[in-house]
Amino acid sequence: MPTYTLFVNQKKQLVEVEADTPLLWVLRETLGLTGTKYGCGQGLCGSCTVLLDGEAVRACTLSVEDAADKQITTIEGITAEKEHPLLQAWLEEEVSQCGYCQPGQILSAAALLNAKPHPTDQEIDDAMSGVLCRCGTYPRIRKAIHRAAQRKGGGR
Amino acid sequence: MKRRMHINRREFLQVLGAGGAGLTLGVFRLAPAQTQEGSGVFKPNEFLSIDPDGTVTIWVARSELGQGARTAVPMMVAEELDADWEKIRIMPALAHPSKYGSMQTGGSTTVRRGWEPLRKAGATAREMLITAAAQTWGVERATCRTENGIVYHIPSGRTLTYGELAGAAAALPVPAEVKLKDAKDYKIIGKQKARLDTPDKLSGKALFGFDFMLPGLAVAAIAHPPVLGGTVKSWDGSATKQLKGVKEIVQVPHGIAVIADSVWAALQGRDQLKVEWHKGENANLDSAAIEQYFLEKSREQGALVRTEGDAAAALSAAAKHITAQYHVPFISHSPMEPMNCVADVQSDRVEIWAPTQNPQWVQRMAAEVTGLALEKVFVNTTLSGGGFGRRLMVDYAEEAVDLSMRLKAPVKVIWSREDDLQHGYFRPGSYHALEGAVDDQHRITAWKHRIVAPSISAQLFPGQERRGNPDLVDGAAQVPYRLGIIAIDYVMANTALPVTWLRSVYNSANAFVNESFLDELAHAAGRDPLALRLELLPAESRLRGALQLAAEKAGWGEALPRGRGRGIACHACFGSYAAHVAEVTVTPEGRLSVNRVVCAIDCGQAVHPEGVRQQMEGAVVFSLSGAMREAITLQNGSVVQQNFDTYDLLRIHETPAIEVYIVDSTLAPGGVGEPGVPPVAPALCNAICAATGIRVRRLPLSANDLAWS
Repeated sequence: MPTYTLFVNQKKQLVEVEADTPLLWVLRETLGLTGTKYGCGQGLCGSCTVLLDGEAVRACTLSVEDAADKQITTIEGITAEKEHPLLQAWLEEEVSQCGYCQPGQILSAAALLNAKPHPTDQEIDDAMSGVLCRCGTYPRIRKAIHRAAQRKGGGR
Repeated sequence: MKRRMHINRREFLQVLGAGGAGLTLGVFRLAPAQTQEGSGVFKPNEFLSIDPDGTVTIWVARSELGQGARTAVPMMVAEELDADWEKIRIMPALAHPSKYGSMQTGGSTTVRRGWEPLRKAGATAREMLITAAAQTWGVERATCRTENGIVYHIPSGRTLTYGELAGAAAALPVPAEVKLKDAKDYKIIGKQKARLDTPDKLSGKALFGFDFMLPGLAVAAIAHPPVLGGTVKSWDGSATKQLKGVKEIVQVPHGIAVIADSVWAALQGRDQLKVEWHKGENANLDSAAIEQYFLEKSREQGALVRTEGDAAAALSAAAKHITAQYHVPFISHSPMEPMNCVADVQSDRVEIWAPTQNPQWVQRMAAEVTGLALEKVFVNTTLSGGGFGRRLMVDYAEEAVDLSMRLKAPVKVIWSREDDLQHGYFRPGSYHALEGAVDDQHRITAWKHRIVAPSISAQLFPGQERRGNPDLVDGAAQVPYRLGIIAIDYVMANTALPVTWLRSVYNSANAFVNESFLDELAHAAGRDPLALRLELLPAESRLRGALQLAAEKAGWGEALPRGRGRGIACHACFGSYAAHVAEVTVTPEGRLSVNRVVCAIDCGQAVHPEGVRQQMEGAVVFSLSGAMREAITLQNGSVVQQNFDTYDLLRIHETPAIEVYIVDSTLAPGGVGEPGVPPVAPALCNAICAATGIRVRRLPLSANDLAWS
């Protein structure tokens, strides 16, 4: 089996898996990072969203081969950053209910704020529409992203 | 093939059967817990303990599905304990047949059924801590008070913490009667508290069932029969066996299980499996046939559930005789975390880790399947990534127990999203025929409703039919208006499609029909839908307050241009009273946007108000999703929908602004998880009618052309 070099949350990891193994299962089963969730396996629900070189990707349909040698950020990487503005905003808005999709929501929001530090509602909707939440936390997600954007911008 | 149920209907009815009013429940008594002598730990009952360091542990016997059980339950205990909220730690309770009472998380019962026993559990401990302090100081109990985990001797100002008193309190007898606080003295109930489960959920540390691992744990994916009720004819696993990571292939009662060392290998192995199926008797069943069957059943003699006056005479004498037929589809719960369960069956014990709403049923199932005694079955309830009723069923847990027995090793059964949609249990579809009469004084003079639907109870518990009205009339029989002449009847129409309880159960369909048809009658009578409802509701109805609050906040009555409209609807169930106003825009081409939904709920005392708001917001999204586009359909005996491409849920860009208002109340709490659901679909469809003149009588909305000119 081939070996791949992954940079997960700024840590170099060597994994020996088949080339077509989805990154989702490498993260969860090879590296034990279970914060990234399985929801559909087809890139339809976004529960498995991670950052690949800063952009939101669906880990369930991305092969390990295509993720190799790139910077991967998972929810565990976001958490490692003390008082991450997104986590603070998610806490303050009490976004989470069951919580299963929230890692995917937070990573999608991180990609959005990387690209657009002060997104409009429309931009939030465009960027976040790929991530399903059955508990219906969408209105709070919108508020939390605005809140995080303000915090990042120095509390304006 | 029918699955066994492992529980009888009567046991279920205690919590779930009657959709709200008039449940008969045994009075649950607090049993003194066993405490280890000399440990210094104070455990006056099964719900809480206090360690010498002051940590208060609260056992939560209801599942955390996202609805906030693991916050609302400790709030009720901590209030009467006068605990320091910062010292609260929660423990999910292991399944036990009796010591916590019912552990089923269904019927919106966590708070309303916990209200008495959980507060008493806290108050009992507090009484004993005061006694321990008074004895330590040699003072009268009446000269002591408690606050924030500390007993104070008022005259001297001396203090002892609950931790310091734990050892002494543990030696005291448990009082039989305790006094509970007045609502005006609450410091925790009804106040803002951060959810206790949130930090781990945001960090990715929270362990859902899908995340649970044991060393060397085998993972199984099961190929289920694509046709409902199908069985295995033959199979060829040669391609599967060549895959790395695949360990074994085993025929099981409901298909072929691929056992592997990872989820990915199990799913791949299943894809490579070649199975020939006996299709069985449902091979030609499809949704059109089910709809036709409902129509045929609707022409049979209905069984009356409620009759007041002579409906036939009133209808024939009416100035306007309105008739309408409504169609409600089967829909799926689709929680984000698919079904899964870990089981470890050994010769003398079973341990299970499951995201379940029903640990006691899992326990009983495992005891029956393995032949072990109940007390040898240990069921750990993990976090659930949503539930909505699906996890009241134990089918997926039974697969894990059965497979672990066969393999003589622990195993984790995982379902894919396709499994969840194709092999689930669904909200029953239904057909409704309505007639109404309006006289020349703009009054409603008759209401007739025939419900045709499958009975969940009849399918799950055959031969144990409920005495009196069946489940399928819940929410229809209780039409809350003084309509004068009423005739409500039903024809039970069971199908092969598996059905179960889905968030608000029959109330979602029956409230859609009731509240839409009332709107039709209001239009026919030339009456304002809000004014008519207020006129027809009895003076004591708690729906009035909810309706008025929602209407006021939504700006009911303010003019809107054509193509925009407001709709109102209300419904009472599970002990609470909800009203919603939806505001929509429909373009002439028929494109719908839901702009705003204003919700009001009278749930009695709101224990965790932020949790109530979350549940109401969630209910709006959940039921807009259902009303706008969800439908499970059958073709040649197979569920057509496979994944979120063909069963798409509401997404953020379609979600309206949602406002929630809670009616101020100190009455005993009602349910909150479900009551917000039923009024959404009718409020939405009434708004569409106000905007366009188009009356939606068939859900989902995607089956309707909303173009207008």
